Amino acid sequence: MNSLSIFDVIGPNMIGPSSSHTAGACAIALMARRLFDEDVKKVTFTLYGSFSKTYQGHGTDKALLGGVLGFATDDPRIRNSFELAKERGVEVHFIIDEKTQVDHPNTADILMEGADGKEMFVRGVSTGGGKMRIVRINQIDVDFTGEYTTLIVKQFDKPGVVAHITKCLADEKVNIAFLRLFREDKGANAFTVVETDERIPQAVLEKIKKNENIQELMLIPM
Amino acid sequence: MDFTTGATLQAVCEEKKISIAQAMKEREMTLGNVTEQSVMDRIGVAWKIMKDSATTPIAEPRKSIGGLIGGEAKMMKEYRESGKNLCGEMLSRAMSYAMGVLEVNATMGLIVAAPTAGSSGVVPGALLAYQEVKGVSDEVIYNGILNASALGYLLMRNASVAGAEAGCQAEVGAASAMAASALVEMEGGTPEMCLNAAAMALSNLLGLACDPIAGLVESPCQTRNSIGVANAYTAAEMILAGVKLPVPFDEMAEAMLRVGKSLPFELRETALGGCAGTPTGCALGCKICKK
Repeated sequence: MNSLSIFDVIGPNMIGPSSSHTAGACAIALMARRLFDEDVKKVTFTLYGSFSKTYQGHGTDKALLGGVLGFATDDPRIRNSFELAKERGVEVHFIIDEKTQVDHPNTADILMEGADGKEMFVRGVSTGGGKMRIVRINQIDVDFTGEYTTLIVKQFDKPGVVAHITKCLADEKVNIAFLRLFREDKGANAFTVVETDERIPQAVLEKIKKNENIQELMLIPM
Repeated sequence: MDFTTGATLQAVCEEKKISIAQAMKEREMTLGNVTEQSVMDRIGVAWKIMKDSATTPIAEPRKSIGGLIGGEAKMMKEYRESGKNLCGEMLSRAMSYAMGVLEVNATMGLIVAAPTAGSSGVVPGALLAYQEVKGVSDEVIYNGILNASALGYLLMRNASVAGAEAGCQAEVGAASAMAASALVEMEGGTPEMCLNAAAMALSNLLGLACDPIAGLVESPCQTRNSIGVANAYTAAEMILAGVKLPVPFDEMAEAMLRVGKSLPFELRETALGGCAGTPTGCALGCKICKK
């Protein structure tokens, strides 16, 4: 629901103590884990702004780590995320950066590594009330909230790729709420971020993949 | 069906002869394209979390992360049970529950933000004590939660519920406006009376600073939630008794936002002024942050 719902007022259901510093931090990290799409073996968090100053008292560190372990914002295991990470053999590092100026006061960077050496970098900002935005994936600036079904397409910056994506969605009667294109450099890697009202069926993904300029697809159901 | 102000909400209720709770439920079903059952199921889940967070710390008190609170809900219960309590049965219970929710919140337990984490004790505290003393069913309470969410929605939309933007009057003030309105509806008051009770609750806490010691959601947040339930009950009782507040809800919501914006930076969740800015508050801040 686009306008405020009952459950935006009576909610979120969350592990305390702070919707922005605990629930929002967990939501960023959980989204990062879903984008990474495999178990994380090593993770490095960098905290900026207000996160860097008050993270301990708000459990921001536990919430971020909990998210990377796959815990949602209302999962009581967040309280013990450091112990659980140790049990699962996850190597955890925190960098507290009070000096670098960031656009948003509650910003966190998450660098994840998998068992086979796969790496992914995600930057998120906690925007209040438990809500968040992902603003960077690897070297590319993006902008999405996870409040819609989100399709992220990694592609080569070539003509016709976006037209191909939207045609595949239109053929399956999926209505696009927002669509944005982000790129590294002209002709290099780019991301198309599509947020939709409906669920995106798996068959659409297979069709989108057929274009030679598509490198990778990530689907985040709502 | 939608409404965007207290006045339009009242008009919708009067035209369709429905309660605020019913109007909010219909709005959710229309705009979210969801069934009545799914709305009520989610309300049920929220109420269960609210009750657990209000009562667990009475049985199992815990120290907060910052160490400033822990055990207060149990103390309040024991004092009430000694029979020496100054407040009546309902308010004494509500204080204990509201403070319990804040203890759970500050120990990284599960709560329902209502409308925020820092003010999460007021609505459950006021409603749970009401349910226990009056002996009403969960269905009555669910309507109370729906009613409260309507007032909270209007305040989020037209004013603010963020301490960083408008001070504690926007958090505990808003939560007590929501609870006051819910109590009036559960007691059989009209939508107009609900809106008046919410306006009165807002007016009672107008200008309240957000000044958390060490920047943590612990002190004075916990005791402020206790004041929040007292404010909700007093506003509801005054309206039910026929006391009038001349200023309507929509104007009071706007006044709350304007007062909030004119609060100095130090009194808007920065931990620089008010309780946090006292010599003791500053010393506690330094001690906790060095830990």
